[in-house]
Amino acid sequence: MTESAVAQPPAVVPAGSPGGRVSRRQVAWRALKANPLLAVGGTLVLLIVLVAIFAPLIAPYPADAGAATHPFSVLTAPSSAHLFGTDQVGRDILSRVLYGARVSPVIAIIVLAIACAIGVPLGVAAGFLGGWLDEAIMRVTDVFLAFPPLLLALALAAVLPASLTSLTIAIAAVWWPWYVRLIRGQAASVAGRPYVEACRALGVSRLRIIFRHILPNSITPLLVQVSLDVGGVILTASALSFLGLGAQDPVPDWGLMIAEGQSYFTPDWWLVTFPGLAILVTAFAFNLLGDGLRDLLDPKRSLIS
Amino acid sequence: MTSAPDATPAAPAAAAGGPPLLRISDLSVHFGPVHAVNQVSLDVAAGPFGLGLIGESGSGKTTIGRAVLRLVRSSGGSITFAGQDVGSLRGAALQAYRRDAQIVFQNPDNSLDPRMRIGGTIAEALNAHRIVSRGDIPGRVAELLTEAGLDPTFAERYPHQLSGGQRQRVAIARALSVQPKLLVLDEPTSALDVRTQAHMLKLIARLRAERELSYLLITHNFGVVSELCEQTAVLYLGKVAEIGATDVLLSSPAHPYTVALRSAVPEVDVAARRSRIVLSGDAPDAANPPSGCVFHPRCPLAVDRCRTDVPQLREVTPARQVACHRAEDVLAGVALSTHHRSRTAETASSAPDLG
Amino acid sequence: MTELPPAPAGPSGRLAITSLDISFGPRKVVSIDELRLDHAEIVGIAGESGSGKSMTTLAILGLARTVGATVSGSIVFDGKELTALSQDDLREIRGRRIAAIFQSPSTAFSPVYKVGTIVTKALRLHGATKSEAADRAAEAMRQVLLAPDLLRRYPSQLSGGQLQRVAIALALALRAEILLADEPTSALDVTIQAEVLDLLRDLRETTGMSILFISHDLAVVAELCDRVAVMRNGVIVEQGPASQVLSSPADPYTSELLDSVPKLATTK
Repeated sequence: MTESAVAQPPAVVPAGSPGGRVSRRQVAWRALKANPLLAVGGTLVLLIVLVAIFAPLIAPYPADAGAATHPFSVLTAPSSAHLFGTDQVGRDILSRVLYGARVSPVIAIIVLAIACAIGVPLGVAAGFLGGWLDEAIMRVTDVFLAFPPLLLALALAAVLPASLTSLTIAIAAVWWPWYVRLIRGQAASVAGRPYVEACRALGVSRLRIIFRHILPNSITPLLVQVSLDVGGVILTASALSFLGLGAQDPVPDWGLMIAEGQSYFTPDWWLVTFPGLAILVTAFAFNLLGDGLRDLLDPKRSLIS
Repeated sequence: MTSAPDATPAAPAAAAGGPPLLRISDLSVHFGPVHAVNQVSLDVAAGPFGLGLIGESGSGKTTIGRAVLRLVRSSGGSITFAGQDVGSLRGAALQAYRRDAQIVFQNPDNSLDPRMRIGGTIAEALNAHRIVSRGDIPGRVAELLTEAGLDPTFAERYPHQLSGGQRQRVAIARALSVQPKLLVLDEPTSALDVRTQAHMLKLIARLRAERELSYLLITHNFGVVSELCEQTAVLYLGKVAEIGATDVLLSSPAHPYTVALRSAVPEVDVAARRSRIVLSGDAPDAANPPSGCVFHPRCPLAVDRCRTDVPQLREVTPARQVACHRAEDVLAGVALSTHHRSRTAETASSAPDLG
Repeated sequence: MTELPPAPAGPSGRLAITSLDISFGPRKVVSIDELRLDHAEIVGIAGESGSGKSMTTLAILGLARTVGATVSGSIVFDGKELTALSQDDLREIRGRRIAAIFQSPSTAFSPVYKVGTIVTKALRLHGATKSEAADRAAEAMRQVLLAPDLLRRYPSQLSGGQLQRVAIALALALRAEILLADEPTSALDVTIQAEVLDLLRDLRETTGMSILFISHDLAVVAELCDRVAVMRNGVIVEQGPASQVLSSPADPYTSELLDSVPKLATTK
C-alpha cells in the first residue's frame, strides 16, 4: 500500500480517565488483563517460585529430599500416605518433586542467565559493528556450534568435579553460542533499518544506539527462545546427571530422578511420571511467560501506549 | 492550492553570490563491482535554495544523498561543505557536521523507532548535540512539532498511532531539531497519499523560507522539483545526464533521456501529454555498464560516436550543462524516433516495439 | 476509437456491483451504490488510502471474508451472484476468469519456485494439460513482450517491471475476462510504468479483457481509464467518463485531489 492504513490517528485515551495520563497501577492491571498469556504464565512461574521457597513447609517428608532412606517402603504406588508414591529407596516422591523446584529451574535460570550475559553482548557487537569483529566472533561461535552440544557438555562436565556448579558451567558453555547467533541476526537486521540509519545521521552515539535501539528491538526473539529453553536445559541437565556428571544422588534434581527412575518404569511408573510432569509444567509456565512478555513489550499490541 | 516557490529560478549556484554551500566534485561510490555513482559533480547554493535530483532506480540519486551525509563511503572525488572536506571529518568535527546537514528518508513507516515515543525520538536528536538543556527539552520538542504542523501532544504517542503523513512530519521535525543548513530529502512524498503529498510540499516550502534552508531533493516526480527546486539534475546510471534551471530543463530538455522520461510521466491534463518515447531494451546492468555513453543502447538518437566516447558535461546553453553528444539536436527538436506512442484518445497506435 | 473485438456470445467480462456494503463488525468500510464494468472497458477506482478501494477488490474476488469482513449486496459476474457462491465455486472463477495483480508482484510468486512453474501450475489447476500449459504460458509471455525463456527464472532474478508483466501474463494465459489491478504500477519506475500501461491498453484491444484499475495516482487513471469512480471513505463520490470527471469534476473532493497533484510550472 502507498500509505499506512490510518488516516486519522486512533484515539488512545483510556476510558474512564479524563483524557490524559493513567496511573502506573492502572497500566499494570490493564496489561495483565490484555495479556492472558502473561497472567497465566506469570502465575505459574510465581507458583513454582513459591514452592521452591516454601518447600520445607509444604513437603510432607522433608527429610526425604535429602539423605533419608526407608528400606521398608521402597517402590510403593501412590497412596494417601505418599501421594506420588515412593522411589527405589523409599523416599517420598512428592517431597522430592517439591524440593526439586529449588534445583532444576534454578539451574536452568542460572545457565540461561550466563548464556545471555555472554551471548547478547557478543551478538550485538557482531551484528551492529560488523566487519572483522563480526567475523572473529562468528568463527569462534561456529567452532563451538560444531560440537554436538551434549558431547561438549559431557566433556566439560567430565573434567570438572561432579557437582551442580560444574553442571551449570558445562551447560552454559554449550548454550551461549546459540544466543550469539540469534542476537547477531536480529542486531544486524535492526542495524540496517532506516531509524537506526537516521540515528547515525543525527550523530547519536553508538553506545546509545545499541542500548536504546538495537537491544530493545532485538530482544524479543531472545525472550521467546529463553523461555523455550528452560525445558531444554532441564532435560540436558538430566541427561548429564544420568551419566553421573552434575547432580548426584540424593539431590532431588528432577532430571536425576527421571534418570534414576526410568529403569523401574515398568511397572512402577510413578518414579518417572511425576518429575516428568514437573518439568513439563515448568517448561510450559516459562513458555507462556515468554510469550506474554513478548506481547507486553510490543507497543503495537499492548495497552502500555 | 499549490504554489510556486518564492525564489525565482536562478542561475547555477556558482554564478550567484558566494561559493556553494555544498560542492560535490567528481563523486564516485562503488559497491563492489557496481558503480552506483560515477564521477558526479553538483553544487548546492546557500539557502534558501533547492537542487532536485531526478532519476529512476539505479540512477544513484539515493546514494548521492547518503554520501553527503557520510552514511556511505565514497570511492572517489570529494564532497565539500562550507569549504570543509566532508570525507575527512573526524570526531568533534564530524559531529558538528551532523548538525549542519541532515536527511529525511523516504519511508515514514520505518524511519522512526517503533518502540520509542515521538517525543523521545526528537529528544534523542536534541540530546546528541546538547542543543538545549535537559529541562528545556520538552518545550523545544513541542515547538518543533508545532513547526512541522503537528499537535504538540503527539509527543506522547508511538509511531504506529500516527498516519504516514504525520510520521513524515515527525521525521522532518527531528531533522530540523539540530538546526541544519542543508537538508537531504530522499523521496519525501513518494510513500504518501495525494493530498498529504501536497501538504508536505507546502510544509517544505514554508520551512525553506522560514529557516533559509538549502536542500537536495531526491525524487522521480517532475512536478515536485518544479515546485520546490530552482535547479534540477537528471541522473542516469550514476551519471548526470543534464543539469540546469528547473523550468528551462523541463520545458526544453537537452538530453534524450530527459525527453523520454518526461514523455513517460502520466498527465491528467490531456494537453500536457507528450508523445511518448519508448526506450528500447531493459535497464542496464549497473555492474556492467555500457561503453561510451551509458545511455546509448537505449537511446533513440545514438550514433557511432556514442558507443565509444563518454560524453562530458558541457555547457550547451547558458546555465545548462548536458552530457550528450547530440544535445544541440535534441534542443533543436529533432524527432526522437519513430518509436513513439500518441496518447490522445483518438489515435491509439499499435504495433509496439518488441524490446 | 479503434474497433474492439465484438462481445462474445458467452461470458464477456461484465461486472455489476450494486448496493455493496463491506463491514468489519460495526464499522462499515465500503458502501457502494453502483459500479459497473463492461466488456473491454477499463474502469478506474481512484482514491486515497482508507478509501476502501482495495477492500472492494477483495470482495469481488470473494476474499473479503477471509480477512474478517462481512459483505452484503450484489456482485454479479456473468449472470452469477458472486456473494452467494461457495468458496469452491469462487475458486473456479478466481484467477481463471477474474484475475488480479497487486502492487507488489512478489505476492503472486513464491520465491522458491521459478515463475514458469507457478504459471503452468495455475494453468493445470484450471484444467490444462502439461503441453497446453506450456504453450499457453509461452504465448502469454509473448503477448506481454517478454521472452518466454524468462519463465525459467526465479522471481529474484527478474525486475519489478518484469515480474508485474509475468503476473499479467498469468492472467492472460488463464484467459481471464476481467483483470483486477490494485496499484500495479505504484512501485515501478516511471518508464516501466508507462510500458505496463501501454501493455494493458493493448491487451484490452486485442483480447477484449476488461480491467478494473485501482490507483491513487490520478494521472495514471486519467491516461488509462475510460471511466473513473472516485472513492472516499468507502463511498463513491463521483463517477463518469474519465476525461470528464478529471477535467471538470463535480465533487469538491475530486477537485481537491486534482489540485493536490503538483503541476509543472511550465507546460509546453
